[in-house]
Amino acid sequence: MRPDPAALPSTVPERPRGQRMVASSTLAVFLVLFFVSTWQTGFSLSDLWIGTGDFFRFFGRLVPDLSYLPEVWAPILETLQIAYLGTLFGTSLALPLLFLASANTSTDRVTLAVARTVLTVLRSIPDLLYAALLAPILAIGPLPGVVALSLFSMAVLAKLGSETVEAVDPGPMEALRASGAGRNRVIVYAVVPQVAATMTSFVLYIFEINVRASVIIGLVGAGGIGEQLLARLNFFAYGDVSMIIVVIFVLVLAIDALSVWARSRLI
Amino acid sequence: MIEFRDLEVTYPNGVKALKGIDLTIPKGQFVVIVGLSGAGKSTLIRAVNHLVPPSKGEVRIDGRSVSKATGRDLRRIRSKIGMIFQTFNLVKRSSVLRNVLAGRLGHTSAIRGLLGLFTKRDLALAHDSLRRVGIPEKAWQRADALSGGQQQRVGIARALAQQPEVMLADEPVASLDPPTSHAVMSDLKRISREDGITTLVNLHFIDMAREYADRIVGMRDGVIVFDGTPDEATDQAFEDIYGRPIDVEKDLRGAA
Repeated sequence: MRPDPAALPSTVPERPRGQRMVASSTLAVFLVLFFVSTWQTGFSLSDLWIGTGDFFRFFGRLVPDLSYLPEVWAPILETLQIAYLGTLFGTSLALPLLFLASANTSTDRVTLAVARTVLTVLRSIPDLLYAALLAPILAIGPLPGVVALSLFSMAVLAKLGSETVEAVDPGPMEALRASGAGRNRVIVYAVVPQVAATMTSFVLYIFEINVRASVIIGLVGAGGIGEQLLARLNFFAYGDVSMIIVVIFVLVLAIDALSVWARSRLI
Repeated sequence: MIEFRDLEVTYPNGVKALKGIDLTIPKGQFVVIVGLSGAGKSTLIRAVNHLVPPSKGEVRIDGRSVSKATGRDLRRIRSKIGMIFQTFNLVKRSSVLRNVLAGRLGHTSAIRGLLGLFTKRDLALAHDSLRRVGIPEKAWQRADALSGGQQQRVGIARALAQQPEVMLADEPVASLDPPTSHAVMSDLKRISREDGITTLVNLHFIDMAREYADRIVGMRDGVIVFDGTPDEATDQAFEDIYGRPIDVEKDLRGAA
């Protein structure tokens, strides 16, 4: 008969000290950050509870005013146009840049480093900040919105694109280089066919993001439905506000569904 | 004529792949280079079109130095050198015809090339190349829809569309089955004969080297250890090149 395993002396070594330290110190860091953050922001569950009454009273007034609907169409169209133009310009700017920012298609190492740095800096600034900075310069309206979305889309798309380009099969590139084709022709014939579907999918995804973003940047004066939303909110016209919210909700859902469908057909 | 003069290649990681190669290949000769993996066969072939830059010495084609050429001059020399690869290196998502036309890029102006405006002559050359490798009906299929042997034929057609004077083939049959390997090698040999193309082929297999080569060059550790006719390349000679007894399983491809 085999002896009871529990009675045998353990042959498994004790868990290394280092591993135990990592686990307990991670927990400690989480707890410290939690207490510091709640204390400094004044987050309080009891305040949240007291606020629920006001919250529901406010929601009660959020009944969409259907008579306001006709006035929503023009600004919502403007929002869509801002998103469309931002995506179009951003894509056009990103296309040449992303090949300079990819190690396997760039002209030389200095260009590669400069292109990557420029993209990282541009990407680190949120589109909302671009819009807020540009609105006073370019006058309130759709123009700063388009520029803000173009810059941000370009930076994000060039980054995603260069990662895709760097992952292509290098074989066809070598073959065309060996046949005497120059850099641009190698890109067009050996790289573009390999990344075209993925890139189109990225562009659709960026458009999806830009529709949402163009609503938000309207709040800082960059045109579209966001600007309208802020104006009605300042007039306490909650019926109008909720009508706008409903329209935005339906629009974003529709664009998302359309984009998901289109992307599923691509790859 | 291809001339290697005291050619040395050292890779950035310090590996000395070629240690002083002197070799002259007359126009139209069909040369098979044999040797174990790591012997320097691939480096030797890639030095011909400067895909690998030499650290010493040079390669000359018809008296012109490939190793000293840069930019436009290098591209012009390369446009006359066809190359075939073990893994075919086709653009899988593009059509067969577009892959073959890509072979014309070195002969096409930048604007025409970028816009895809190939001339009637380019198209005719592409179709003729496909006909010569026996797959004209595949022109509009996607490259990845073809079998391995057919894909390698597209690779040959792409090189043929260049109207090359030199053809380089780096292990062209290593990913193919024996009958297909023989078919591809016969195509290469026939085309070399018909067009007088100087051809350099890397091969692993002794029997195929003997069957197709005008001349066999054996390499070991970056130097040439054998240079002779197929008749001179006896089993003993191959054992010297490989530095080990012949392994029937690994070193023979078998008949078609």
